[in-house]
Amino acid sequence: MQFSFPLWFPTSVAILCAAVGATAAPHLPIDDAQVLERLPSRTTPQFRELKVLQAAAAQAPNDLSRAVALATAYVRASRVEGDPRFLGYAEATLAPWWKDPAAPNAVLVLRATIRQSSHRFDDAVSDLNLVLQRDPRNAQAILTRATVLTVQGRYEEARADCDRLGRVAPQIYGVICAAAIDSLTGRAGSAYDSLERALLTLPRIDGAARVWGETLLGEIAHRRGDPAAEAHFRAALAVGDRDLYLLGAYCDWLLDQARPGEVLALLQNETRVDPLLLRLALAQKALNRPEAGQSIDALAARFDASHARGDTVHQRENARFELALRGDPQSALRYATADWQVQREPADLRILAEAAAAAKDAAALAVVRTWLTETGFEYPAIAALAGDRRLAAK
Amino acid sequence: MKRWLLIVAAAGIAWLAGQVHAHKPSDSYLTLSVESETISGQWDIALRDLDFALGLDANQDGEITWGEVRARHADIAAYALSRLRLGPATAPCPVKVTQQLIDDHSDGAYSVLRFTATCAAAPKTLEVGYRLFFDLDPQHRGLIRLEYRGATRAGIFSVDQPEQKFTLTQLSRWEQFLDYGKEGVWHIWTGFDHILFLLSLLLPAVLVHSTVAGRGWQPAQSFRATFVDVVKVVTAFTLAHSLTLSLAALGVVSLPSRLVESAIALSVVLAALNNLRPLVYGRRWVIAFGFGLIHGFGFASVLSDLGLPQDALLIALVAFNLGVEIGQLAIVGIFLPIAYALRSSGFYRRVLFAYGSTAIAVIAFVWLTERALNVQWIGA
Repeated sequence: MQFSFPLWFPTSVAILCAAVGATAAPHLPIDDAQVLERLPSRTTPQFRELKVLQAAAAQAPNDLSRAVALATAYVRASRVEGDPRFLGYAEATLAPWWKDPAAPNAVLVLRATIRQSSHRFDDAVSDLNLVLQRDPRNAQAILTRATVLTVQGRYEEARADCDRLGRVAPQIYGVICAAAIDSLTGRAGSAYDSLERALLTLPRIDGAARVWGETLLGEIAHRRGDPAAEAHFRAALAVGDRDLYLLGAYCDWLLDQARPGEVLALLQNETRVDPLLLRLALAQKALNRPEAGQSIDALAARFDASHARGDTVHQRENARFELALRGDPQSALRYATADWQVQREPADLRILAEAAAAAKDAAALAVVRTWLTETGFEYPAIAALAGDRRLAAK
Repeated sequence: MKRWLLIVAAAGIAWLAGQVHAHKPSDSYLTLSVESETISGQWDIALRDLDFALGLDANQDGEITWGEVRARHADIAAYALSRLRLGPATAPCPVKVTQQLIDDHSDGAYSVLRFTATCAAAPKTLEVGYRLFFDLDPQHRGLIRLEYRGATRAGIFSVDQPEQKFTLTQLSRWEQFLDYGKEGVWHIWTGFDHILFLLSLLLPAVLVHSTVAGRGWQPAQSFRATFVDVVKVVTAFTLAHSLTLSLAALGVVSLPSRLVESAIALSVVLAALNNLRPLVYGRRWVIAFGFGLIHGFGFASVLSDLGLPQDALLIALVAFNLGVEIGQLAIVGIFLPIAYALRSSGFYRRVLFAYGSTAIAVIAFVWLTERALNVQWIGA
């Protein structure tokens, strides 16, 4: 069941034609006051800060510190808005240094962040390796590398970075980083306990660390079937920062608990963000809402548009869409398998297992079982899907 | 503490790996249609992107209104066109925006620029240079679709690939001829109104209307007489529609399409009714000729939808017309032997002829009401 990328090429022209053609008809609005597009809020302090940084950088485009400040603000905006355009703006801001293999450390760290977001994980790691050769105590680089290595499933290297991180950054970062990896490698119980204790006792825990830590606790509890997940997700939400990942993780838990009504309430206004629209559509479908059809159409159009531009960063969501909303296990399995070649996070394994089980694909199920055995990853629901009774009972 | 601001931000970012592409990234959609030396195009550009480049949101309230876009139409056109090159770098084809509209894509509203470019000569290869937004957002992509002589090609522009070359394979005259011929055949076979009109006139060809009152239609005695009758009808229809097709295609005469389509439907109704209560029987070729003139205008509108190559106008016209005739002869060739063989049976006269003509009249009447809807003098 190996998925090969060249499979895409013959179909890409057809998809592109569909995407270019599939729109409503161009029209002439009648009313000057008609609102055509809503932009991210312009009244927030973040937006004002962005404006100031833009002006400063525009005055001196080759000034490294101004460019780095602006690019950092863009990267942050991309996270808050979930809009990859900001990553492009950050890249453009760093243009004078972008192609330089030995660019300054601050540029390399940002470049690694931007590259990993388009799934160029190996390029990101090599940028970070260079930073850490020059400056072994660069906490930012250590943390980003640990994260990228985790996504790639390179747990031992990632775990070493977490230990290093604990020595150069506030301790809580090292604990969260380590707990994230331990929870994937057969030590979920102890990771959960030590992280929970650390969040209660350690000093210097800011809002972002708390959101990250509580979300991780929620996810571990979710996988272990522990109802404590809810309290952790709520603690993370209570910090008050808009966090799209947290919203997605909490909604996944709610969907698994058969509480789609709450998902509806949480995501009603998040239809621009594709992974959240996906969860909204799942909730609408579970509730037999007529709006489900609209959401499914919108998702299909966005996946088509993404294929047309040659992107493959959406394959996890695409697989889930095909399986749960289109009811096409074969297609879902193709996406899930391709996704698994690139990303090895719990969500990637779960959709692979679900699609493989639905498609009754023994080879793909064996991939899942092998992964569970080799890493010790504890996720009984996946083990049950993969037909591993021993791990499922754990 | 400032140092930790960065790490906190990046912690979230890194941790969001794989989730960052939550929105659709920035794309524009460029469609070009090449017709000898003229290129007509449509370019859909996201308002979000134009706002970042040009600041469309004049009052900074986070909402882009139609008024704000309209006020900047000249800037939008100038900004976009200065970043698109059609034709070789040494002699680009001048581009003129003809219309600016709005369209909604899956990820928001887009400004739609329609334009035409006129090249010095019909290009054999079309070079396209695309630089929109690459300086602001290197992750931007331009998705192009090129239409030429019924074939469509696609391509993606990126910061690393801002130039594309499309070879416009020149069809030989013979291939063009075949293309338009096929379209003609296809049109008559899929144009049920033309087929039904022809059938209405052909159904009685294997019968003779008795001059003795009350005896109605009787089977024709000789194949020769039937054949001559068919030839007369088909030839009259052909001559008539060729005449008007040519006049309309050459732009000598033009009629509103609703009028033409309604009249075609009416012609089918009348031809079918004529079988049930014959007013004209010996000289049905006259009906064929009269209404054939109307059908010709119908063919012409199909031909103009296909796009007439200015350099090969006559070839296209003749080929399309020949295609129509061949398609028509094929129908006659299938119909006539069967009808002739069945002509003496009650099935032919009562079922095929009577009910068939009635059914045709009813269907055509429905078309008539549909096509003429809102036209008072027809009275739907």
